Amino acid sequence: MSINSVPQQRSTARTIPQRRATHLTKPYYRPYIPYLFILPGLALYLLWSVYPLAYQLHISFYDWRIIPGQTSEYVGLANYQAVFADRTFWLAMQNTALYAIVTVAGQMIIGLTLAILVNRVAVAKRFFRTVYYLPVVTSWVVVSFLFVYLFSPGEAGLINFVLTKLGMINEPISWLANSNTAWIAIYSLGIWKGMGWAMVIFLAALQGIPPELYEAAAIDGATEIQRIRFMTLPLIRRTIFFVLIALMIGGFQVFISVLLITGGGPLHRTEVALTYMFDEAFGDLNFGYGAALSYVLALVIVVVSLVQSRLFGRGDQDVEY
Amino acid sequence: MIATSGSQQRILNIVIFLVLCAGVFIAVAPLLYMASTALGGVAYVQTYPPRLIPETINFENFEQAFASRNFLRAALNSGYIAVSTAVLVTALASTMAYGFARFEFRGKKIIFGALLIMIMIPGVVLLIPQFILAKNLGLLNSLPGIILVYSAGPLAFNTFLLRGFFENLPREIEESAIIDGASAFTVFWRIMLPLAAPAISTVAVFSFLGAWDEYLLALNFLTDESLRTLPIAIANFRGQHASNWGLVFAGSLTAVIPTILLFVVFQRYFIQGITSGGVRG
Repeated sequence: MSINSVPQQRSTARTIPQRRATHLTKPYYRPYIPYLFILPGLALYLLWSVYPLAYQLHISFYDWRIIPGQTSEYVGLANYQAVFADRTFWLAMQNTALYAIVTVAGQMIIGLTLAILVNRVAVAKRFFRTVYYLPVVTSWVVVSFLFVYLFSPGEAGLINFVLTKLGMINEPISWLANSNTAWIAIYSLGIWKGMGWAMVIFLAALQGIPPELYEAAAIDGATEIQRIRFMTLPLIRRTIFFVLIALMIGGFQVFISVLLITGGGPLHRTEVALTYMFDEAFGDLNFGYGAALSYVLALVIVVVSLVQSRLFGRGDQDVEY
Repeated sequence: MIATSGSQQRILNIVIFLVLCAGVFIAVAPLLYMASTALGGVAYVQTYPPRLIPETINFENFEQAFASRNFLRAALNSGYIAVSTAVLVTALASTMAYGFARFEFRGKKIIFGALLIMIMIPGVVLLIPQFILAKNLGLLNSLPGIILVYSAGPLAFNTFLLRGFFENLPREIEESAIIDGASAFTVFWRIMLPLAAPAISTVAVFSFLGAWDEYLLALNFLTDESLRTLPIAIANFRGQHASNWGLVFAGSLTAVIPTILLFVVFQRYFIQGITSGGVRG
């Protein structure tokens, strides 16, 4: 097969034996040519992605010493046992899952609502799409500091100011000093930054729905809400699942915002999986423990996305109709 | 209920428009507030009441940012790293994608399967082994080193994205060029790349942005002060001048404005890239 490196029609390749897949009987190129295209990228990928993935497993079995001269001791599964026995780990996982659930729900509901409205509005569609997407392209580091600033304590903080003016609070809140209110800042950042992404994907799906369907429904006397409930949502079902899975995977990777807004504090109360891993590895130089934790987290993410794709059909589909 | 009548329809449209404008306010107000604080001059207390548009505009904070040690250096480092990463990812992902899209070769399925695995696993969890590997290879505190790590990360996904694009291109032009005796590389360079320009620019822009905004690896791999990147420089402003938000946001705007410009200019490709593969900005 490798000698016969004939480019072939993908559609015919499945049904007809390969040699007859093209009208040329002679191979186009020498057999090593494909590898010239693949190898440079593959080499980089193997060195910095596949090898680290395997190496991480190795590290996770050791009491790993990063300092030269010290020897790392093989400890078997002790790091994994320590991870599962660690109450801060479970708190961090719980916080991570809660973050994913809250922000995914928020981004999907707001994103879908905005998409339906933008699709419906007569003017300035592109303007709305562009502006809603601006938070998405703004760097996580910058928006994390920005939200620390928005949620400043004292009456001059923008959020405190607005809520006071609206009469919703009587005195300014020190948002980041308490874990419950700090989560509000972290959740709102997650939702604010991601809603435009969900909206753009939903809008593309909505624009793919043939207008005749709506006209038919309108003639049949369906109300606006009925049309959305019984036509639009079922029609973009696959897109909804795709967005759900993509956002969940992203949600489980929450890191920079928590690191820069609360640093996991006070007292580990707002720790998430990655901030805890980072703290253990680069703060306490517990590389073996951090590696085991990374593996557990990667596994959780893979399992969550596989379960979701099982439950909701193929989630990795493109948006298409 | 009967479908809404003409005047009801018009009222509904106005309501939708107003709701969308409220949404615009929520999306933009924090960014405006940041710009206002950066342009409002040096102030060590937050102005009360908060202002989305500053009373007077001055560039003191920007002057102070660029006058501070290594900020300009950090901006240049970021630019160099991001451009190099974009070039490398584009070159490697497009050649790999073409290889997978148009050739049959031994091991193709296994290699492609190996690529797919890393699409599911978040790059951040590889921080520890990548750090140790870089340390062992002497690539800590090296710009080429971090460019290599940055380029490896998005490689799998972008190869996957571009392969899909190449597969959908018609084969006729390619085949006639082959019959005319063009080499595989000529076909790729002269025919496939130009045809794939929209997808390629998506890949380039997203890899640029990924490297431009990256914080975690830069924080741990580039500890030498002269090698720092913009996100680290901004975080340092925050650490050293905790109450001077104007300075923090002057630095932030310097980092954010190029990305917003890129987005606005390449918007069409952005939207295509996002909707066809779910690339996250």
